Amino acid sequence: MPEKAATNSTDTALHVPFWRDPTKRGIVFQVFALLLVGGVGYYLFSNTQANLARQNIATGFNFLGKEAAFEIGESLIPYSAADTYAKALLVGALNTIKVAFIGIIITTILGTIIGIARLSKNWLVSKLSGGFIELMQNIPVLLQLFFWYALFYEAFPSPRQALHPMPGVFLCNRGLVLTVPEAHPAHAAMFWALLIALGLGWGIARWARKRQERTGQLFPAIRVGLALCLLLPALVWLGYGAPSALDVPVLSGFNFKGGLTLSPEFAALLLGLILYTSAFVAEIVRAGIQSVSHGQVEAAMAIGLRPGSVLRLVILPQATRVIIPPLTSQMLNLTKNSSLAVAIGFPDFVAVTNTTINQTGQAIEGVALIMAVYLIFSLSTSAFMNWYNKKMALVER
Amino acid sequence: MSEPKTENAGKPIIEIVDMHKWYGEFHVLSDINLAVKPQERIVICGPSGSGKSTMIRCINRLEEHQKGRIIVDGVELTKDIKNIEKVRAEVGMVFQHFNLFPHLTILDNLTLGPIWVRKTPKKEAEETAMMYLEKVHIAEQAKKFPGQLSGGQQQRVAIARSLCMSPKVMLFDEPTSALDPEMIKEVLDVMIDLAQEGMTMLVVTHEMGFAKSVADRVMFMDEGQIVEQNKPHDFFDNPQHERTKLFLSQIL
Amino acid sequence: MGNESFSAGREVLKPPVTQVGVVGWLRKNLFNNWYNSLLTLLVLYGLWATVPPLINWAFIDSLWDSSSAACRDIDGACWSIIPQNISFILFGFFPHGEQWRPITAIILLLSLVFYSKNKKHWKRSLAVYWLVGLIVMGVLMRGGIFGMELVETAQWSGLPLTLMLSLFGMVCAYPLGIVLALGRRSRLPAIKSLCVVYIELIRGVPLISLLFMSSVMFPLFLPEGMTIDKILRAQVALILFTAAYIAEVVRGGLQAIPKGQYEAADSLGLNYGKSMRFIILPQALKIVIPPSVGILIGAFKDTSLVVIIALYDVLKTTQVTLSNPKWMGFSTEAYIFLAMLYFICCLGMSSYSRKLEKELHTGR
Repeated sequence: MPEKAATNSTDTALHVPFWRDPTKRGIVFQVFALLLVGGVGYYLFSNTQANLARQNIATGFNFLGKEAAFEIGESLIPYSAADTYAKALLVGALNTIKVAFIGIIITTILGTIIGIARLSKNWLVSKLSGGFIELMQNIPVLLQLFFWYALFYEAFPSPRQALHPMPGVFLCNRGLVLTVPEAHPAHAAMFWALLIALGLGWGIARWARKRQERTGQLFPAIRVGLALCLLLPALVWLGYGAPSALDVPVLSGFNFKGGLTLSPEFAALLLGLILYTSAFVAEIVRAGIQSVSHGQVEAAMAIGLRPGSVLRLVILPQATRVIIPPLTSQMLNLTKNSSLAVAIGFPDFVAVTNTTINQTGQAIEGVALIMAVYLIFSLSTSAFMNWYNKKMALVER
Repeated sequence: MSEPKTENAGKPIIEIVDMHKWYGEFHVLSDINLAVKPQERIVICGPSGSGKSTMIRCINRLEEHQKGRIIVDGVELTKDIKNIEKVRAEVGMVFQHFNLFPHLTILDNLTLGPIWVRKTPKKEAEETAMMYLEKVHIAEQAKKFPGQLSGGQQQRVAIARSLCMSPKVMLFDEPTSALDPEMIKEVLDVMIDLAQEGMTMLVVTHEMGFAKSVADRVMFMDEGQIVEQNKPHDFFDNPQHERTKLFLSQIL
Repeated sequence: MGNESFSAGREVLKPPVTQVGVVGWLRKNLFNNWYNSLLTLLVLYGLWATVPPLINWAFIDSLWDSSSAACRDIDGACWSIIPQNISFILFGFFPHGEQWRPITAIILLLSLVFYSKNKKHWKRSLAVYWLVGLIVMGVLMRGGIFGMELVETAQWSGLPLTLMLSLFGMVCAYPLGIVLALGRRSRLPAIKSLCVVYIELIRGVPLISLLFMSSVMFPLFLPEGMTIDKILRAQVALILFTAAYIAEVVRGGLQAIPKGQYEAADSLGLNYGKSMRFIILPQALKIVIPPSVGILIGAFKDTSLVVIIALYDVLKTTQVTLSNPKWMGFSTEAYIFLAMLYFICCLGMSSYSRKLEKELHTGR
């Protein structure tokens, strides 16, 4: 005998007082929170307006069109004090990108090498890399920057008595002076040859893979590809008559003429950032390689795979999954840490904006610009990482 | 020493002569002498720490021995890499924790060895792989990933993976110890099929039912030495050593 | 071979000589194949080329407590800069005669830290001890009562400032971080958006931009007549910065709690506040202790950035010492000393965190 059904939410208008209804409570709570944030925001905003008016500070971004009236020590594009603030900021941004770009490439390579060295069976190598990692991670990066910078302007001698650690390389208090090949049309042609070699190598790898699927035979595609990348540019170089003219820095008067000079600011910034960040990258690489369980390595060896194949087919694909997300975080950290350039006088974006703020008094716009630029870097990196993680997630039940 | 079931007497396929192994100062295997005839099935049992896993891992050089000789199918295991690779291609191993490659599909797990070690063309490798997957009754999972399979299914895939290399000997290192009870039977059934087809097998296990029904020889190891070995009937009904008796009373 | 007796008359064999002892260790770890042997030789050569000159500079030719004039005469390191200026480097502008006070405060702090390391002491009483300890430290530093001379916060500099900025930063940021983490996981869209915007904004910008913002913009936020202490501005910036990172770490901890725990709390009839307080947060916070120590280490290192907004933490006091004409040019020695100071503190904290992680892991 069926019992009378219990209260059904659709057929009775069961009246729930709104303060016990979760949905309504949620809405009230959110409205309250937004009002609070909005109220505080408005309070701060009106204070700021009043203070700015009182101190006669302009608002808005009109200052970007005005003349900058300050010099910038290093620039990738031509710049003079007569250019606008906008151009000055662009110079700063390009300097930041320069440091970040070179820094990220070298850090990734150096960090990977040190991370692998940490896992080496050689006790000396393993302990030394471990010591390096601990040392670099536990000293503030700003202190490291100051240290390297101090080496340049205090410890290194003047150009006349410059340190000469290697032929063609000089260290003095004007910076790091390097010998570089003299500019020559062959270089552009060699660059194109390298691109062609890469394309050819990729094509050969595809052909080799198809052939292996068909016949089972292995082809040393990687070695051939590498050989091409070395050989083709070399042939082009020979074709141009093997131009080997070097731009050797020569002491002339009080300084070096010729060659490539890296300013102490740039060299110290790059060195400090690279050493600091590569310690973190090394730990990430080490953790990634160790994340592949040893059992799989044994299973791969038990099948008869050689160590090289085990590395390529079993360890690296899985280690890369674990390494890439924190690695991109570290690249972002390097970019953010490059903002410390302002402390040692390298004209990066923050430093140039800082000068602009000091001259125009428009602190809010300046700080907002700095935050906006770095936010663009961070948000695009986050988006990339999310996409990568989704794509690479291991399929599980 | 008793004789194994003689369907094919002849040169032993595995010979271990006076083998010793140390971990540092710890003498983990001592005085190991073993001759395995082709198609012989040997079950190795013993308390944990007795060295039974270590011993079979020496056979495919996952562990190194310091003294004595190990000869597999005529090839002696030394530091010579070429010999090691030859031996590993002929010896298949099934691990306690399956050790399937999680980033590859089941099919790719099986074809990895044939393609990269035996240089088999892909199509042929896949056909062989599907054949072995049928054999272990798991062909429908070929395109799935290991993470999507149960423990018992993964272990059967692991067995099929080793079989794809057409080994002459199969080593099993506690193949069912990590499985839930209801999955043990499916794996043991596959191993029994394998034995009945004539594969030479060395199995480290606690599954005495398997030993009684399939083994030619049961071997008891303790503290790094082979204490006793015999035909299953004699081994279980008439153990000779105190230690063997103690062990059997604990597990049966 | 099989049925012989072996228990008693067992011959004790020793492993081959080349496998154990010093020779064995050398063979296994340094020379196990030609590639490693070559590497070992290269590394040994590199060490031989760099270490003796360094030892020469740092220990043999160096002076450890002399006048600056004597230092200029030698080739080696002038470590004298440290002992001669130690009270300024460590305590900055704190009145010289009263420096026993910051010293006592630091000793009190270190005792609290070492006391907290022992897991047995992790009870309610620990929070009380810390609260009392912090108040006592504050009183010691500020003075004005018990006959101690009043020292304005503007004069707190050097090591006490570094410690205060990191500690208060961490302590105040933690509750804020927890609130943000809970807010980010909320189902209410407005709350979630506010928290997400805050967290992503703060994590996306360099700390220095926040410090700039605090030092030039905070005064603008206040109504006319109100001023805000320079140190307070930096402290607020550090708190806001650290809170965003703590929020992400705590969020990871909340995600690691199995759904069953949330369901069990609900089924007991606990409301949101109670279930968080009694069930979820205690478990989540325990999980995230190791990464939280990592953030504390980061906060400690990041305090050095206040140099850029001209606050006198221990890095700035060192630089002021170096700008004294008497001691100019010995930056290397001074920075190495400071680096060792940071290194010892940070290494101590990170070793502790690793030890904790192992313990908590095996406990699960």
